Amino acid sequence: MKKRLSKLSGSQAFWPVMIFLAIILFNTIMTRGEFLTISIVDGHFYGRIIDIFRNGGKLMILAAGMTMVLATGGTDISVGSVMAISGAIACSIINGNLLPGLGGNVAMAIILAILAGVTCGLWNGFLVSQIKIQPIVATMILLVAGRGIAQLITNGKIITINSDAYYFINGGYILGLPFPLYIVLFLVGLLLLFVQKTAFGLFLESIGCNPLASKFAGIKVNKFLLAIYTISGAFASVAGLIESAGIKGADCNNAGLNIELDAILAVAIGGTNLMGGRFSIFSSVIGALIVQSITTTVLALGVPAAYIRVLKAVLIIVICLAQSSKFKVSLGKIFVGKRGRKEAVAL
Amino acid sequence: MSHVKLLTMEGISKSFGKAVVALDDVRFELEKGEIHALLGENGAGKSTLIKVLTGVEERDEGEVELEGEKIHPRSTNEAQQIGISTVYQEVNLCPNLSVAENIYIGRAPRQKFGGIDWARMNKDAEELLGRFDLKLDVTKSLDNYSVAIQQMVAIARASDIKARVLILDEPTSSLSNVEVDKLFSIMKRLRQEGMGIIFVTHFLDQVYEVTDRITVLRNGRYIGTYKTSELTRMELVSKMIGKDYASLNKSLQESREEKKETKAGNVFINMKKVSHQGSINDMDLTISRGEVLGLSGLLGSGRSETARVLFGIDQVTGGELEINGEKVHLKHPLDAIKKDLAFCPENRKTEGIIGDLSIRDNIALALQAKKGLFKKISKKEAQKIADEYIKKLEIKTPSADQLIKNLSGGNQQKVILARWLATNPQLLMLDEPTRGIDIGTKAEIQKIVIDLAAQGMAVLFISSELDEELRCCKRIVVLKDMERAGEVAGDEISEGAVMQIMAGGEAS
Ligand SMILES: Nc1ncnc2c1ncn2[C@@H]1O[C@H](COP(=O)(O)OP(=O)(O)OP(=O)(O)O)[C@@H](O)[C@H]1O
Ligand SMILES: [Mg+2]
Repeated sequence: MKKRLSKLSGSQAFWPVMIFLAIILFNTIMTRGEFLTISIVDGHFYGRIIDIFRNGGKLMILAAGMTMVLATGGTDISVGSVMAISGAIACSIINGNLLPGLGGNVAMAIILAILAGVTCGLWNGFLVSQIKIQPIVATMILLVAGRGIAQLITNGKIITINSDAYYFINGGYILGLPFPLYIVLFLVGLLLLFVQKTAFGLFLESIGCNPLASKFAGIKVNKFLLAIYTISGAFASVAGLIESAGIKGADCNNAGLNIELDAILAVAIGGTNLMGGRFSIFSSVIGALIVQSITTTVLALGVPAAYIRVLKAVLIIVICLAQSSKFKVSLGKIFVGKRGRKEAVAL
Repeated sequence: MSHVKLLTMEGISKSFGKAVVALDDVRFELEKGEIHALLGENGAGKSTLIKVLTGVEERDEGEVELEGEKIHPRSTNEAQQIGISTVYQEVNLCPNLSVAENIYIGRAPRQKFGGIDWARMNKDAEELLGRFDLKLDVTKSLDNYSVAIQQMVAIARASDIKARVLILDEPTSSLSNVEVDKLFSIMKRLRQEGMGIIFVTHFLDQVYEVTDRITVLRNGRYIGTYKTSELTRMELVSKMIGKDYASLNKSLQESREEKKETKAGNVFINMKKVSHQGSINDMDLTISRGEVLGLSGLLGSGRSETARVLFGIDQVTGGELEINGEKVHLKHPLDAIKKDLAFCPENRKTEGIIGDLSIRDNIALALQAKKGLFKKISKKEAQKIADEYIKKLEIKTPSADQLIKNLSGGNQQKVILARWLATNPQLLMLDEPTRGIDIGTKAEIQKIVIDLAAQGMAVLFISSELDEELRCCKRIVVLKDMERAGEVAGDEISEGAVMQIMAGGEAS
């Protein structure tokens, strides 16, 4: 039993899950239980918890893609702009401004928006793996240019559309649960399955840790990098669809603004080393839930939204400290004296 | 120098977690003006003792005194300030700083107004390196230079710091004979000046050449301290490995006898006038199944470069390469691996180990790459393979779960060897496979290589230790200036014959 417990606490997802539960508990106490209540209206579940899952959908998807990019020792700061592009393309097609020949076909709009995301990802991957530009610089190009591209697509206007089919992506319900949740389950599940069933995880960690030695061991590092940035781009475009379905239109200036930072924060909270190497997609998804629930908490407590940023800053500091083994050692010294020190490091 | 105690370490213990006891009640004593060898098998605890002494690792127990004063440095910097200067086993310089910056980092000469005096720093650096007969452009970044040169820069840096104790952890593992000689003359001069030097190495010749005393560790325990002149080589080795050296030597002898009888099979690798711009020229080379072919030559003669081309790391720019009678174009190591080639590179830290992965993953990596992304090796299978090699190569670790970066240098080397043996190759290329490996294991690895060849594997063996090549190879090709200079085979093989070709004259 004790062994099982220590194995559990040794897993990367342990602390993120604990933190998430703690935040929920905190909220439950603060709201005297109201936080946990789930009401059923028209067979749909409503409640704060459901909100966290629904509104956190985008971030969970982005965090899953970002985890892999960060695991290779890279980063992708263009995801917010890719979201804007994808929303712009989908909405422009649906309202007939773009490719009127499609007659506003929602399915085609979605497919083309995702294809655009794939293209953006390929571009990032190409810059990083072939031209060898530092990832932060390479993806900065799309971060900056992406919104411009989105505005070109929408002629610089905010588009509103009228399509129930498209709204369903964010607002729909299946079996009482919001539709974004199913998208998350599908994408993250697919990814987890892929990591589980293939050697992808091993290769990814290996590349993140030592790309040269990985190449010498027979791993096609460049091909993997290309694939990973492409997946990140594709995931970002899906997140963009959810966001634009939520606002029932495309707003190129604000869609996914600064969300890349939240995504990176989510991965960091999940305990993946941002310098590359060991990673856990599941933990990052929990990390995304934590980031989302903090936002919800602050709003629930009636704190002005402006404080969310301050709170996040504090959170980042705490996480950085928690990840620094040196800090853990000294903390361990203070609390448990000499004997507990190694256990503290093992955290 | 009369015997003045400089440094004493008493009752030093250090463990990592519950499973690894790296040091157990170890004692060590250094006198002024002596060179003191610290010896032991891979994983005996030599590097850990040094890290504990210099504050890289916190000791669990024990006392350290420097000239009668209790010391407890918490970092390399602090150790340096009280006069302990160290070159660690893994070179820890900054590859993207200039050579001069690396030498004077943290103690750069200043101008009047506090700015760094670059001109003076560069001049001082040149002068210092001059003492080692090194002429480098000190303003170039360090990663422009080979590992050997980087090692020399680290040594120069350490010896320049006004220190009472100089520690050198396997400084000679990547140096050529000439460079080793220069290092030794400098060590002797520093000894004259009264410095105490701790010298870790696996080359026993060097131990007998420069050291005054020897301390032996085994499995983290103190075995004893001896005068070098009073301890025979046989005695020393038995103390290190804890069993009779004669038995070890005998089994190698038997393998070698066998080697004489086995015949080389058909040609597996055929290089026809193969070139790679800037590294090898018109190389003609054949390697047959069942033979251990030695590649010999000075640093930069094209030994490693030949292996890199064969492994698809560098592309063929001229000539033809045939593997198993089939013309091939290798564009990536994976192409070579799929043709059943394997390559253990010389640069363990940068080209070999994946530090943050477990031993198990490190061993399974190349096999997994060979099988492809979708044929995942199950954890159970990988565990089985890892356990097999941990046993076979006597890798010293509590379990296959251990991160490879936590292994001692020699044991890391064994894991990389295991990685390639696990792919079951037809051609095994070994570039300095026994670098940093202790004498017992060295014999073991040589035996494995000979046995593998006897079973029909082709082996390309590159080693700067000529006697090692003489022992393992039936044919040695000598390279010079990126070209093939000659070959010796069979009964002609001797140190003299190889040296003669290296020096310029083709042997008969
Ligand atoms: N950070 C660490 N975590 C866990 N185990 C460690 C760590 N550092 C060293 N060890 C273990 O301590 C033992 C002693 O290692 P050490 O590096 O001192 O050996 P060494 O005598 O220097 O060997 P070599 O000749 O191979 O360099 C080894 O078993 C090694 O695996
Ligand atoms: Mg060592």
